[in-house]
Amino acid sequence: MSGTPLVELRGIVKRFPGLVANDGVDLELQAGEVHALLGENGAGKTTLMNVLTGLYRPDEGEILVDGRPVSFRAPRHAIESGIGMVHQHFRLVESLTVAENVLLGWHTPRVWLGRKAGIRQVAELAERYRMQVHPEARVWQLSVGEQQRVEILKALYRGARVLILDEPSAVLTPQEADTLFEAVREMAVRGEAVVVITHKLDEVQAVADRITVLRRGRNVGVATRGELDSRALALLMVGRDVSLETAPAPVEQGEVTLRVQGASARSDRGLPALADVSFDVRAGQVFGIAGVAGNGQRELAEIVTGLRPLDAGVVEVAGQPLRGASARAAIDAGVAHIPEDRLGSGLVAGLSTTDNAILKAYRRPPVGRGPLVDRRAARALAERFLAAFEVSAVSPDAPVRLMSGGNLQRLLLARETAERPKVIVAVHPTRGLDVGGTETVRRVLREQQEAGAAILLISEDLDEVLALSDPVGVLHDGRLAGIVPRDRCDVEELGLLMGGATP
Amino acid sequence: MRRIGPIVVEPRPAASRLASVLARLAAIALALGLGALILEAGGYSARDSYRTMWDAAFANRDALAETLVAATPLIFTGLAVAFAARMLLWNIGAEGQLFLGAAAASWLAFSFPDAPRGLLLPAMVVAGAMGGAAWAAGPGVLRATLGVSEIVTTLMLNFVAILLVDYLVHGPWRDPDSSGFPLSKPFSPSAILPSFGDTRLHAGFLIALGAAVVVWALLRSTRFGYEVRVIGESQPAARYAGMPLRRNIVVVMLVSGGLAGIAGMSEVSGIVFRIQPDISAGFGYTGIIVATLGRFSAPGVVVAAVLFGALQVGGYALQTTEVPPSIVQVLQGAILFIAVGAEMLARYRVRWRPRREPAAVAEETT
Repeated sequence: MSGTPLVELRGIVKRFPGLVANDGVDLELQAGEVHALLGENGAGKTTLMNVLTGLYRPDEGEILVDGRPVSFRAPRHAIESGIGMVHQHFRLVESLTVAENVLLGWHTPRVWLGRKAGIRQVAELAERYRMQVHPEARVWQLSVGEQQRVEILKALYRGARVLILDEPSAVLTPQEADTLFEAVREMAVRGEAVVVITHKLDEVQAVADRITVLRRGRNVGVATRGELDSRALALLMVGRDVSLETAPAPVEQGEVTLRVQGASARSDRGLPALADVSFDVRAGQVFGIAGVAGNGQRELAEIVTGLRPLDAGVVEVAGQPLRGASARAAIDAGVAHIPEDRLGSGLVAGLSTTDNAILKAYRRPPVGRGPLVDRRAARALAERFLAAFEVSAVSPDAPVRLMSGGNLQRLLLARETAERPKVIVAVHPTRGLDVGGTETVRRVLREQQEAGAAILLISEDLDEVLALSDPVGVLHDGRLAGIVPRDRCDVEELGLLMGGATP
Repeated sequence: MRRIGPIVVEPRPAASRLASVLARLAAIALALGLGALILEAGGYSARDSYRTMWDAAFANRDALAETLVAATPLIFTGLAVAFAARMLLWNIGAEGQLFLGAAAASWLAFSFPDAPRGLLLPAMVVAGAMGGAAWAAGPGVLRATLGVSEIVTTLMLNFVAILLVDYLVHGPWRDPDSSGFPLSKPFSPSAILPSFGDTRLHAGFLIALGAAVVVWALLRSTRFGYEVRVIGESQPAARYAGMPLRRNIVVVMLVSGGLAGIAGMSEVSGIVFRIQPDISAGFGYTGIIVATLGRFSAPGVVVAAVLFGALQVGGYALQTTEVPPSIVQVLQGAILFIAVGAEMLARYRVRWRPRREPAAVAEETT
């Protein structure tokens, strides 16, 4: 690569109270390259991209576009300079069409949208980049992969020459991810620079021309494709050697602890979400559920944890049916729950570590004493969790919203495994965590498995399901499409099942 | 982030205790400054006026007693609003609950005028609480079962409660010797709260402080209070932990109504010694402001109520000088307005960031 870089970041420093998120970071993007930005959570990737897209203003350092220094004071300025970003959580208006979403808020006349012309433009753009999507379809009808394409088209329509994709494959099936990366290559061929923020090493190897690795807010390396293998990259990223894949060693299995029999349930909208789902999980077994989000995973987790009523069927824990939809009954029966949205339901953002530590234990001694909560026992419990799981909290009295994702998940794990649960329902337990955090989660689940818990692992990350579970089931459209023993699992086949193909 | 022209309002990245204290002090200074401008514009000496207000509210024992008398009902109603707000319930009906509490306590006073004081007064407190709780029960149950907005139902019931007391003092409870005024007959001595020395400060103030301690302890150290805090912060988390949401909505509304009801008891038994239509100067509504200023915490409510009481007492005193009541009301309004505004300043920061392109739409940020 040579010539003036399309975009260059020099010595970017961004400080937050008590934290230096970027500490003199350099990044150079050439036209026509796919550039992976690799780093653990909290390494400063997102901060750096927020600086580049004008959301944050750097405390030090400069941004050069086409060799000229620029200063972005609002996201709009970055967009005008040809920098576009596709966030992990899409920003689309679901009730509008694809074309309307693409045109929305950008050089649109105040009154008349110019529908016909807009639809044609969007169709042409989609055609040029080989991103199939119907411009007149309404966004809520689209799959996640298609919605992502709309987001990319939106950025391209706004003249993006630099496109930043934040963890783009996190929400996709393997097939969808392949399609996405083909489109990414196509963009590069057409002279765009594409930044892929990720912590998936195989993705980096598959798609990136160059790789910039961040650790603790600093550059720790820039490599071109093929220069470093996954192991070397992982080492750079975390600064230590990590065990990449641990195939699950067999654990002695006991009685059937969790039995789901003929379960059917509805979604929040009242539509059928689970249809006649049956499976058993034995003590010491991890039953993995793979599948793309929105195929009944959430509802499955909720019927087992008592949060959602069953239309038909039964959920039994250690031979006893869970009565009604009662989270309390599930908790009392020994069902622990590591929910999808840590800070939304698993933890209370505005309350302290202490208050969060007792969310399950506050009814029982030693914390709950009659109608009272023993503050000292609560604090002792919190301190025990903090110490045992190496959670770094500002103080047990500070609201947990100030904690990082990894610390939040450790606190949650500490609480949910404290009482030797019979059943653990873990939903996307490592999502958004860095390599170290992921390792901790896996280790803890493994310990619980060995201690005789029956674990229901629901994850979109197929690698994770395969690394931890035996057997693996695939949920598609509310049905359990297949239960496959670990040693007969085939990634391609599972991917097809997830996409709804019949084997 | 919100944009008003070139001004950008955004949450402070980290809530800083020092900043919030400074913002409040600055607000008081700013409010007094604005008040001074208003006074001087009207041709009155700001210095003398503030002196008058200060003397009336704090200068001596009697002044302080009057301030605390004014603060007493506001502590109750402020606690009522604050407690419900901790669970994101908005009790706009403290006014009506106060009237119902007053009516229930009065009924007891008229029914057992000769009961011993040590028995009658506690019973009246309980009756006041039950009256207020009963008035809040309907909105609580409707909210818990059908999701009916408690803001609307509690507000509407205020008018019903006030008219109910109107009916009672015009009809069944009217004092035959009142020469036509809508008043009940006076309470017997055993239905009257003891007062401190020769001041008007009565035991209701102590009950109010006690209620604040109870609310504080309830939230801090009981399972129920813990559930209230969790539900108020995150309903999904409360459901996740298996907390009974509906039951807690009803119970919180009962407690909130009960607190407001005791305000009614304390006013009729400590100040008016009978029941009549003007027992409340909008205490239920003022309680909303007191709760907000007190950041919905029990100690905060007590401080806010005392400051509010002082402002009222000072305002009355100023009206006896040549300053017209309307200026006094503008002054009070300005001070409150700025104080509430400062709440926002403590949590948000305002920055001057003009746009390069005036017609541009700011990208939504998270």
